[in-house]
Amino acid sequence: MGLRKIVDNLKPTFSEGGKLSFLGSTFEAFETFLFVPNTTTQKGAHIRDCNDMKRTMIVVIVALIPAFLFGCYNTGAMVGLSGFTAFLYGLVRILPMLCVSYIVGLAIEFAYAQMRHEEVNEGYLVTGLLIPMIMPVSTPLWMVALGVAFSVVFVKEVFGGTGMNIFNPALTARAFVFFAFTPQMSGEEVWYSKWTMMGAQVDGVSGATALEQLATKGDMQWSALDAFLGFIPGSFGETSTLCILIGAAILLFTGVASWRTMLSVFVGGLAMGYLFQALGVTEYPAYYHLLVGGFAFGAVFMATDPVTSAQTETGKYIVGFMTGALAVMTRVINPAYPEGMMLAILFMNALAPTIDYFVVEANIRRRKNRIKTVK
Amino acid sequence: MNIKNLTNPLSLNNPVIVQILGICSSLAVTVKMKPALVMGLSVMVVTAFSNLVMSSLRKGIPSRIRIIVQLVVIAALVILVDQFLKAYVYDVSKQLSVYVGLIITNCIIMGRVEAYALGNKPWDSFLDGIGNGLGYAAILLIIAFFRELFGSGQIFGMQVIPESWYIANGGFYSNIGLMLFPPMALIIVGCIIWIHRSLNKDLQEK
Repeated sequence: MGLRKIVDNLKPTFSEGGKLSFLGSTFEAFETFLFVPNTTTQKGAHIRDCNDMKRTMIVVIVALIPAFLFGCYNTGAMVGLSGFTAFLYGLVRILPMLCVSYIVGLAIEFAYAQMRHEEVNEGYLVTGLLIPMIMPVSTPLWMVALGVAFSVVFVKEVFGGTGMNIFNPALTARAFVFFAFTPQMSGEEVWYSKWTMMGAQVDGVSGATALEQLATKGDMQWSALDAFLGFIPGSFGETSTLCILIGAAILLFTGVASWRTMLSVFVGGLAMGYLFQALGVTEYPAYYHLLVGGFAFGAVFMATDPVTSAQTETGKYIVGFMTGALAVMTRVINPAYPEGMMLAILFMNALAPTIDYFVVEANIRRRKNRIKTVK
Repeated sequence: MNIKNLTNPLSLNNPVIVQILGICSSLAVTVKMKPALVMGLSVMVVTAFSNLVMSSLRKGIPSRIRIIVQLVVIAALVILVDQFLKAYVYDVSKQLSVYVGLIITNCIIMGRVEAYALGNKPWDSFLDGIGNGLGYAAILLIIAFFRELFGSGQIFGMQVIPESWYIANGGFYSNIGLMLFPPMALIIVGCIIWIHRSLNKDLQEK
């Protein structure tokens, strides 16, 4: 355990009274990143488990990897590359955005933790990976940085840091960039990379996403199988429903995400899709909604966020169902926003505490009535 | 005493960021700096003179009907201001549209009349009105500065950010469209309050 020894040797320098004690939070963060801490929580009732928050976050990151890898390949494939070259092109293309997201976000998190003399929370590990995955690949880096800074400061730190936020930070970053720089976040060109390297054909490559085609023409140029596998333009990590489902399986198998939320989002979206189909508003099959755009990604990785989703079991069904239904409703009825998933999840984040409140109240009333009937 | 009436509302007892009054109009008229300045000055004039008039009348008004008298005075002043703006700065008056008329409902004005003018001498009340109006105008201008600079790249209608920076002209920059929407103004107000309170520790709630 050479590493353990190095960490132990460094510890006094960063502890109270040491030379670098003002960087104590930073040191603590890296120590617990490397080793499971040997202290346990003192107060309150806790379920004892071998997982601390860092380990939970790692599971989410592992679950995101299939979609990330496919995103790399698809970015290259969209500019006419194939095979390993396509994958490498996409990987190089996304790296700057990934670095910007992590550097800006973690810098703010560390600065805040130092200022408040708190431990650095690990919540940003997942958010930092999610943000590049839900942006169009050609989003300018400074816009990404601004979105990250906005969401970390105003959505997370202002409310008290990881676990206290009302809205999903990754989605808020996207929402900020979307409303602040609408021309750079929508249209026909932004979904394609413009970097000329490794022989990419970037000239004149453009085209509406499957979602926009569905909204304007009522059909899309790709088959449902292509949409399911992910060979369609879209935000970096959201295109492949298959890879997202692999991630979903990992999350459900490890018990990190709630199957109730996930399932009810899909059911809600499907139900709303069939309703519109039955009413004759849309011509295409209802299940298209689950395959295109950010629906699956949002359902699996965003709506299930344990902090911002409902806390009660019944609440999870309600919030999930309404998220799915609202997303499809926005897509079909509101022509200004072909993608409704982001707004639907953020809206239900705001409503989740209210829904929880009514679920809890209903439970109390039910149990009171039970006492009355016994008497 | 008199000087304090003038300076206190500028920072420590600011109507917008300490008393949290007049938030509605500070979100609505701050897209550009010019309307914000005109709005701030209009509110200052109305606050000052309604304070002056109500303070002079304070001993003659039965307290039961004081609210209706206040409304008549404030409404008359607002109509005067509105006519003045229409006569001399018509374009700004057009931009402000209903918000000039809505000065009547601005909480700051009636708040100062009720809280200060009805119990103090006319000159003190007048200064208090000027001070509160200035405090309001200052916050409006700060909000409008950020909104106009980042939302349209201008200050007082003059292009500050070079045209060649914009993406359309081959640059990298783009205006933040969100700045033109009221929600961003609310966030800016929040930031001002945040900075103000971290500088003035005695304003922080326990």
